[in-house]
Amino acid sequence: MIWSLSWKNVWRNRVRSLVVIVAVTLGLFGGIFAAALMQGMTKSRVNEAIKYEVSHIQLHNPEFLENMDMLCAITDVQNKIKQIEALEEIEAVSSRIKQSIMVKTSATGKGVNILGINPEKEKLVGSIYKAIYDSSQVCYKLGIKDAEKIKEFVKDSCGSYFESNKKNQVVIGEELANKLKVKIRSKIILNLQNVDGELISGAFRVVGIFRTSNSKFENSNIFVKYSDLSKLTGFDNNRAHEIAIKLKDGYKAAPVAEKLKKMYPDLNVMTWKEIQPDLGMMTDWMNMMLYVFMIIILLALTFGIINTMLMVVLERVHEIGMLMAIGMNKIRIFGMIMLETVFLSITGGVIGMIISYFAINIFASRGINLQLFSKGLEAMGYQAIMYPSLSFDFYIIITILVIITGILASIYPAIKALKLNPAEAIRME
Amino acid sequence: MKVVEIKNVHKTYDEKFVPVHAVRGIDLDFEQGEFAAIVGPSGSGKTTLLNMIGGLDQPSEGKILVDETDIGALKSSKLIDFRMRNIGFVFQAYNLIPVLTAKENVEFIMHLQGKSKENRDKRALELLKMVGLGDRVNSRPGKLSGGQQQRVAVARALASKPKFVLADEPTANLDSKSTEILLDIMEELNKNENITFIFSTHDQRVVNKARRVITVEDGKVVSDERK
Repeated sequence: MIWSLSWKNVWRNRVRSLVVIVAVTLGLFGGIFAAALMQGMTKSRVNEAIKYEVSHIQLHNPEFLENMDMLCAITDVQNKIKQIEALEEIEAVSSRIKQSIMVKTSATGKGVNILGINPEKEKLVGSIYKAIYDSSQVCYKLGIKDAEKIKEFVKDSCGSYFESNKKNQVVIGEELANKLKVKIRSKIILNLQNVDGELISGAFRVVGIFRTSNSKFENSNIFVKYSDLSKLTGFDNNRAHEIAIKLKDGYKAAPVAEKLKKMYPDLNVMTWKEIQPDLGMMTDWMNMMLYVFMIIILLALTFGIINTMLMVVLERVHEIGMLMAIGMNKIRIFGMIMLETVFLSITGGVIGMIISYFAINIFASRGINLQLFSKGLEAMGYQAIMYPSLSFDFYIIITILVIITGILASIYPAIKALKLNPAEAIRME
Repeated sequence: MKVVEIKNVHKTYDEKFVPVHAVRGIDLDFEQGEFAAIVGPSGSGKTTLLNMIGGLDQPSEGKILVDETDIGALKSSKLIDFRMRNIGFVFQAYNLIPVLTAKENVEFIMHLQGKSKENRDKRALELLKMVGLGDRVNSRPGKLSGGQQQRVAVARALASKPKFVLADEPTANLDSKSTEILLDIMEELNKNENITFIFSTHDQRVVNKARRVITVEDGKVVSDERK
């Protein structure tokens, strides 16, 4: 009966209760939606990084990581790839030659990383091939909406992913293409070292321009066929500088990496978190910050709720005195006020979470267009269109936090009620 | 059988400079089945005396025994429980819980006592019928007149089968017709169920109905008449 009495008491002054409920709803909605946006951004950044930049796990010769010496390569690569592909957690494996080189055109030159890849294998691990054809953002930016025009644009401006059998094809990022002032079918000169340490150069033709949400990555990485690069440099076909692995379940990166470390103790095995520790740190840190953010919002709301409940207690001094007189003990009175506060908080909390859930779902498919800030966002590796995303356990934790907020907010008003002298309270007007 | 024994009770409020002696050495006993009124001018100490009898206040000196239990010696939590099981209260301002129906208001105290739903339902309906509100069980206080609310308050006071009922100015906010109905009901309950009623009142109509009138002035009993 205390429960139903407390619930009914919440609605004694509907306007006042609704004000508190709306405040809690709006506060929670704002916090949860912002949290979803932040988590969506982080998730998107991590997914993009894994898709285009680092994959789930990479293997290297430990000495290669220190100075990118061409001769410090992984040997017996084909065999190793077969062994790795046999593991059940593995979805795809690709090997790469990787070097730091100079790229030159008539306009200018730039230092970049060159990756010599097997295009078909690389398609299974990375998504650069999609970034060439996925020009929807570019078309949106340029206002091209017609399907035929988009197709033409893709053909002329984005090119292809090593579709022809011609030699010396190169795929570069849009940022780099703009810097070098090149387009599809332009020629660029690669200056690099061969296996003997001699400086050599090769002319390559741009066949594809890719566009990701990370302008830094676009600016500093180019892709050529493994066969073209190994021929140019004299690099052995059964060697590679990098083995990139895509897993079936990305969350298993750490245990699979441990497995690989045991299989190849002489190689350096790193998960994406280790390859880009800033990403890993951002993920872990972001989760913690989301909860801190929500706690701050709830703390602020707590004071509003305390204020309301104090008014409730002061208005009902007479009634509380009567309840004490007829035999309601202190625990029950404390419980009644605490329940009223929790019901108030929970009502606002539940409504806030429902509204947030629907809003997040709507924008999760549509996205929130931040093209206005695209340059800045892409410089940090974020997409200009954000898709909010929130894990279910976040809602559960927020529910618990809202209940705790209600309990904490009830303490002071309840103590005030318990200090009442029933004889005096009954006599108060 | 003595229900209440008041033995040389004093109550002094410690004001900073001038102590206030609200009750000065009162000795009184109340038997089972009494219909007694405590009268006196404002400031005479009758309310203080009533509060002490009800365990809402503690005497500075002396003892109050309710059913042979010294209520002054009980710890706070035990006193609350004792009050719940042994003393019924009817207040001047009815003090019903506005969000509960008449039946729920009467049941409330039985719920505090841990009685089963079946027992609570049965007794609440029985009591509301006794006070003539059998047809208004599901009405909230806001839908009842002052007199009807006070009758619900009487039913509530009786719900726990108390040793006695303390009624502090129960007719102060009622019109004459409601007062008459209420007093008739209380008198009937007193006669038929042998329930002890102790009133604190200014109302002459209550005094007329009472079979014992105790006059208090300046914290002392100046007269104690039985009719």
